[in-house]
Amino acid sequence: MTYRISELRQTMRSKISVSNLNFYYGKTQALQDISMEIPEREVVAFIGPSGCGKSTFLRTLNRMNDTIAGTRVEGKVTIDEQNIYASGTDVVSLRRKIGMVFQKSNPFPKSIFENVAYGIRINGIHKNKADLHERVEKALRDAALWDEVKDRLNASAFGLSGGQQQRLCIARALAVQPQVILMDEPASALDPIATQKIEELVVDLKKDYTIVIVTHNMQQASRVSDKTAFFMLGKLVEFNPTQKVFQNPDERLTEDYITGRFG
Amino acid sequence: MENRLLDHQLDVLRDKILLLGGKTEAALHRAMQSLTQRDSELAKLVLEEDSVIDRMELEIDRLSVEILALQQPAAHDLRFVISVAKITPILERIADHAGSIADAALILNNEPQLKNYIDLPRMAEVAAEMLRTALDAFTSEDSQVSRELIKRDAEIDEAYHRVFNELLEIMIDNPQSTTSAAHLLFVAKHLERIGDYVKDICELNVYLREAAFIKHSQAE
Repeated sequence: MTYRISELRQTMRSKISVSNLNFYYGKTQALQDISMEIPEREVVAFIGPSGCGKSTFLRTLNRMNDTIAGTRVEGKVTIDEQNIYASGTDVVSLRRKIGMVFQKSNPFPKSIFENVAYGIRINGIHKNKADLHERVEKALRDAALWDEVKDRLNASAFGLSGGQQQRLCIARALAVQPQVILMDEPASALDPIATQKIEELVVDLKKDYTIVIVTHNMQQASRVSDKTAFFMLGKLVEFNPTQKVFQNPDERLTEDYITGRFG
Repeated sequence: MENRLLDHQLDVLRDKILLLGGKTEAALHRAMQSLTQRDSELAKLVLEEDSVIDRMELEIDRLSVEILALQQPAAHDLRFVISVAKITPILERIADHAGSIADAALILNNEPQLKNYIDLPRMAEVAAEMLRTALDAFTSEDSQVSRELIKRDAEIDEAYHRVFNELLEIMIDNPQSTTSAAHLLFVAKHLERIGDYVKDICELNVYLREAAFIKHSQAE
């Protein structure tokens, strides 16, 4: 029985498909010819040095870069085989389908309940008041926050700890029933215990969601993700099963980066 | 660029396992010499030195765990620490077998010598050469040499069966030699086991170099 690390995982159905993507901030090209298949209900981690383009790439997946003036995209990003850059794409409904969680938790200056209910209300997802409550509770449960906040749903979200605020933002993203969740360094400002909770949550959530996470923390990438993509200078250097990347990467550049020999 | 902290610790680890490898080789060589040259003083030296080897094993264990815990190595670094951690007890066991051969020498050297110890010296030469080659291949991370070496274990197994049959004949022809022959049988068995251990070291070198697990499979 001889097997290689690369052979241990089978490929799954593609949720997001990126082909020949180029991205420009004005004249500066930030992403060069990226192609990638992101499998459904898996966690994909993006790693790479600062400025390598991993966050920019993450933001192309739900067209968040559209909000920055002077940017330009070439190539194709399809989600469930729909090109999200096709003219006529409803960006608001796209972002509902592809939720996002940021490095710094950014709850609304409202109650815990209202933070989660907000997206449900404006999207008109709920049938009635009872249904709204159910949906808020489910989102908070899915974000592993319910038990900590169920007795103070009407308290301000700002009274929560940093880790709780971040999970509240995840609950807020989950409430509108997305299919994909993009996370941009969701735990970088949190202590180890809060970080662990977020990581456990990420692993739990992949039962139902496709998750893409940008992280500077290599151990975090190795702990939570099924596949890891290493970016450098706007290029995708390597995209492989995480256990391969951290045990036997294909590229010398990847090995240098993950072993701290990057110069 | 280098990773100064980790590189330094990996260098120390590499030095330590090479030193242990050298000590193990020396133990095997001296043990066989104590037998073939009927040198009981040398046999005692092998037994005394065994505690040094045990101590080196513990040091390498400690350092390997420390690197894993504090540096969280990845990729080749990780495979290197894992291979070293797995090769270390193998070397310690080879040294234990050398010690057992020295034990046998202490007894046999007080008995009349049996027929120039038949094929045993040759068998020991093959085992020692395989061990040296395996350690050299590990140092240079040459997995091709390791893969070739794995095939040579059959030579030792063959020699073992030959020695076994010869000793059996000696015991039947001359029942008075049974005690000595029985001790020599054990010596042959120790050498045969050393061949198996060398094979394990080779498999770990293939893992180090190629990230492939070939244990319990035919070497390709």
